[in-house]
Order: sequence, then C-alpha cells, then structure tokens
Amino acid sequence: MRFDLILRVGAKLVLPFILLFALYVQFHGDYGPGGGFQAGVIAAGMVILYALIFGIRAAKQIAPPAIVEMMVPLGVLLYAGTGMAGIFLGDNFLEYTAFAHDFLHAHEWGIFTVELGVLITVCSTMIVMFYAFVERGRS
Amino acid sequence: MTEAPNAETFVISLLLTLLAGITLAIIRQRNMFGVVILSGIYSFLMASIMIALDAVDVAMTEASVGAGISTVILLATLYLTGSMEYPQRRSVIIPLCLSLAVGAILIWGTSGLPKFGVADAPIHKHVGPTYIQYSKDHKMPPNMVTAVLADFRGYDTLGETAVVFTAGIGVLLLLQGGWRVSSAGRKRDDEDDENEPSARSASDAANGGTSAGGTSA
Repeated sequence: MRFDLILRVGAKLVLPFILLFALYVQFHGDYGPGGGFQAGVIAAGMVILYALIFGIRAAKQIAPPAIVEMMVPLGVLLYAGTGMAGIFLGDNFLEYTAFAHDFLHAHEWGIFTVELGVLITVCSTMIVMFYAFVERGRS
Repeated sequence: MTEAPNAETFVISLLLTLLAGITLAIIRQRNMFGVVILSGIYSFLMASIMIALDAVDVAMTEASVGAGISTVILLATLYLTGSMEYPQRRSVIIPLCLSLAVGAILIWGTSGLPKFGVADAPIHKHVGPTYIQYSKDHKMPPNMVTAVLADFRGYDTLGETAVVFTAGIGVLLLLQGGWRVSSAGRKRDDEDDENEPSARSASDAANGGTSAGGTSA
C-alpha cells in the first residue's frame, strides 16, 4: 500500500488528528468520557495505521521497538510508583491526598499520573504486539 | 414500570437484531477474512448499543479495542495462517446440544436478576452511593467513571494495567521467542522491506555455504 496515492494523502491528513484525539481523550478524561486505556489504544492505532500505509520500517523510525519495549514496564512502574509516593508522604498506598495542599488538586494530580501510566503501558503493549505479529510474518 | 416504547428502546432493539444477524453470518461464513470483518462490525454495533445505554466510556473502549486493534491483529494472524477454514467433518449434534443447554441455563439465570435499568437494584445500593456522595462532598472530577477507576478503585486499575503488561510480555515471549531470536530479529530491521526475502535466503545460503565449507575443510 506504499504507493497508493489516495491512501497516503488521506492517512497523512488523518494521522495528526488521531494523535490529537488520543491526547484529548487522555487529558480530558476527568471531564469527558475516556481515560488512559482508551487513549493508549487510539494512540497505538495511529502508529499501526502509519505502519499499514507507509510500511513497518517507517513506523519503526517514529516508534523504535527498543523504546516501545521499555515503555511497557515503565507505565506499570509509574502507576505503582505513584502508589508508593503516597506511602512515603505518609498516607496509604495509592492515596493521593498528600500530593498537594488542596484536596481536589492533589487528587487531580494523582489521577493524572496514574492515567499517564496506564496510557504508556497500554499504548506500548499494543504497538509491541503489532510489531511481533508483523515480524513473525517476515521471518 | 410499564412505559410506552420510546425511541431508545426501538434503537436498542434494532441494534440487537442486527447483532443477532451478524452472529448468524459469522457462523455461516467459511472465509476467515469475512469473519474478521464481520466481528469488527459486531464490535461497532456493540459500541453503538453501549452509547444508547449511556455507557460512553465502555463504548469508546469497545470501538477502539474490539473494532480497531483486534481486527488489525486478527488480520495480521490471517496473513500468517491463510484465510480459509477447513470444512469440518465431525457431527454438530453434540456441540449444538451443549450450546443450547448452556444458553437455556443462562436465560433461566436471568430470571433471578433484577429488572433491567431499575434504580433500586442491589448493585446500586452497595458502594455506589458512597462513591457518589464522597465525590460530591469533595468536588472530585466531574466524570465519576474516571474518579472511581483511578482513585477509589486504584488497586483494581493497577491490577488491570499489570494484566495488560503481562499479556504484552507473554505475546512477545511467544512470538519472538526469548533473547537470542529477538536480537537476531532486531538486526534484520535495518534491511529493506521489499527485497528482504531474497536477501534473507541469500544470507542463509551464504551462511550454509560457509559452514558447509568449514566442516568440509
């Protein structure tokens, strides 16, 4: 599909908006529908669409497998680390109240960090799985 | 609660009918490519039903995961396995009876459930009111789903993230096969897509040639 003009141009038009929508779903999750899981899948969908249209090699340049594989445990660590930060600040595990002076701000920060962890793990897992399947076909 | 059927009921019934039709089409279909596309349509219909039921978060997940990612992954699998299903020679009587029995048990089980959409069902009386009241008292984020998922039930979501992590690692281990093979796979990434098979076979032949030469010498 690399030489199909309509697909290439159409994908180039759509790709940035997919990523923007993923970020919107992520950071607007407190107010609208969505959250880390959905945003992660949408962002991974952008990379997969890019790989389908422009080839796996081009996709690996914008999302290098080594970095993506590192992101898989990084998200879980960020999530669990947020929980541990609650313990070190004198609260329970995953208790966000001590993160800021204001209760609401503290919990918004806590939710933000935790959702970021979910985004990182889900997005990278989906991309890594896609790479694994495609790699399998080439060997 | 005997209300006149409104537009929402009509839409949900229509979507559920379409869902049943899609399911029958999936059963009849022998071409795997068609099955994958039909299951993508199934997921989209399911997402539409979720929207009609005001569960937008679930609908978004269903549309992105069910219709998006899993369709792509299944298509990638079809590329590896071929897309025609072998005709089955075995009798369908026993599986049919089994699934009819399980379906009958499930339908019998729904008679024990509270009525659909009733406000005083047990699930709305357990921890739900506490969460809602606490959110209101402390002015938590307006999307209560996010507040419940990431704050009240942070443990659960941590577990879910760990599940996604474990699944990803498992798929990687199964498909890339540990350290040595995956490092060999890395090296191949630098080569071009188009002429890779020929380059691979050429390099394999070269390796075989050198090793054969080494053993003979």
